[in-house]
Amino acid sequence: MVAVAETEPSSLRVQDVSKSFPAPDDPLTRRQALSNISLSIAPGELVSLIGPSGCGKSSLLRLIAGLDSPDSGELLIGSDPIHEPSAERGLVFQDPNLFPWLSVRRNIEAGLVARRVLREKRNEVDEFMRLVGLEAFADAYPHHLSGGMAQRVAVARALINHPKVLLLDEPLGALDAFTRMRLQDEVLRLWENRRTTMLLVTHDIDEAIYMSDRIMIMTQRPGRIDRDITNALARPRDRSSSEFLRLRSDILELLHFAGDATSLSA
Amino acid sequence: MRKLSWRKPSPSPSPSKGEATHVPQGYVTFVRTRPENNSTNRLQNSSTLPWPMQLAVPVASLITFGIHLLLSKQSPPLETHSYMLLFWEILGVSIVLAIAQSFWSALRQWMRHMWPIFAAAILLLGIWDVITLGFHLLPLPYFPGPAAVLRSLISDRALLLDSTWHSLVLLLSGYTLGVLVGLVSGVCIGWSTSVRYWGMPLLKVVGPIPATAWIPLAMVVSPSAIASAAGLIALAVWFPVTMLTASGISNTRASYLDVARTLGAGRAYLIFRVAIPAAVPNIFIGLFMGLGASFLTLVVAESIGVKSGLGWYVSWAQGWAEYGKVFAALIIMAAFFSTLMTLLFKIRDRLLVWQKGIIKW
Repeated sequence: MVAVAETEPSSLRVQDVSKSFPAPDDPLTRRQALSNISLSIAPGELVSLIGPSGCGKSSLLRLIAGLDSPDSGELLIGSDPIHEPSAERGLVFQDPNLFPWLSVRRNIEAGLVARRVLREKRNEVDEFMRLVGLEAFADAYPHHLSGGMAQRVAVARALINHPKVLLLDEPLGALDAFTRMRLQDEVLRLWENRRTTMLLVTHDIDEAIYMSDRIMIMTQRPGRIDRDITNALARPRDRSSSEFLRLRSDILELLHFAGDATSLSA
Repeated sequence: MRKLSWRKPSPSPSPSKGEATHVPQGYVTFVRTRPENNSTNRLQNSSTLPWPMQLAVPVASLITFGIHLLLSKQSPPLETHSYMLLFWEILGVSIVLAIAQSFWSALRQWMRHMWPIFAAAILLLGIWDVITLGFHLLPLPYFPGPAAVLRSLISDRALLLDSTWHSLVLLLSGYTLGVLVGLVSGVCIGWSTSVRYWGMPLLKVVGPIPATAWIPLAMVVSPSAIASAAGLIALAVWFPVTMLTASGISNTRASYLDVARTLGAGRAYLIFRVAIPAAVPNIFIGLFMGLGASFLTLVVAESIGVKSGLGWYVSWAQGWAEYGKVFAALIIMAAFFSTLMTLLFKIRDRLLVWQKGIIKW
């Protein structure tokens, strides 16, 4: 729809990134969360990152968002290194984290206000509220919204800045199965319209297969990328097709296999 | 492939038919609860108040009025004309309102809520009359009856009004100063770790000293008693406002700040549009605590150093052993302070609409 990202390179590259955190029980020892992670995402690609909980998926996303900095390695958007958060990398958490003191409309506007461009781009607010189907709730406060609606607002709030990359940290993890499937379709629709590069962290294998071009599987402690599976299933995808189910069982097998391998090597 | 179609979210007609046996039960209970709701609604929206409630205030005032008539015959002649007049007025107004409420539903709602309290308050006046004037249970010069207090209230109204005005000016200037300084210092301490390092010890050591304990020093330092009283009130307000603001700011959910940063927020946005709004519920607790502390400091300061205001009036009337005036001033203080409290509650409700249904206090 709005051709923004097309002209600029929005590829994301992560090169040999490691990150450790102080252990919660003993602050003097540091625990390796990510170890020599490398990945790259092409402009307009939708990539999923799956793996067991605690494998560092969210830490990696925070690094890409610029909220944390790596111990070593480099993160790049196009050719610009990432060293602080910026509106060009939107982030949606599992908890929508809407500002409870702002109405739905004001939450969606927040990015424009923060960048001091509200006056020029006010008309986009309506467009984004329509895009996520929340015009009727413009003046509602977040605690009146259902989980699915709140997450729609969170996605609209992140997209209004036209980020080059949208980072999704288990955005649909807290929703019920039906709402989740509906929102998966909505996010896909937004992605197909706008071709924003997206990196989706999830632990729902079906979601990863249904949505993404590529699925990266992470292993635990220290986190590293174990497999990188290209998902060539034709869109729109049928969750019950035999190809879908085959890919699903392959990944399940890989995850088990990956789990065994780490425990053997450790 | 078709076999798996039952997993799809769109409900096909056949399974919903299968579930139909369960659905009505849920509806039956739902329907059954509706009439109950309606019946309570009918009670609330009926076109007139129930008779006992309509009569509560007139009857209470008649009882209190009767008690007073009886007692004032026994006791030495008192000028109780104004007290009588008050009851005629209450009686008249309550009868007019009892008629008006059948046409005016907002008034009816208000009366439903307030009438029992009013009736109880009027009866309380009667009990007060019985205790003081009737049985002389309390030593007389110190505890006059309600009629005598009303007389003082009316006869000294000019001075009382003037005192109230002076108290209001002094209180508001001290409170405003304390709130402004408290908000600034609270935000700085809550936001910046280095300000917290240096500011927190000072706050923890100086803050808990009651502001009134500074009175001897304040009198020496400041040339004017009014200015030093305003300063003391500000000090009393500053501590809780700073403390609660700082804790509200530093407890801002980290994820709100993270989200704001990924939306392109700079420091000003993070402080003024994230941390401060997130701290507002806490800030209001500080404002309420500060308001209570300011009342205390105001009255003490006025009765010690300042030569005006309600606190001064109370100690002046006590000096002349005019306890009717003391009580009159206390009544005005009660109305004055509770009005300010109510005002602050109203402001809070306006500012925190987004919280409605989350927090109740």
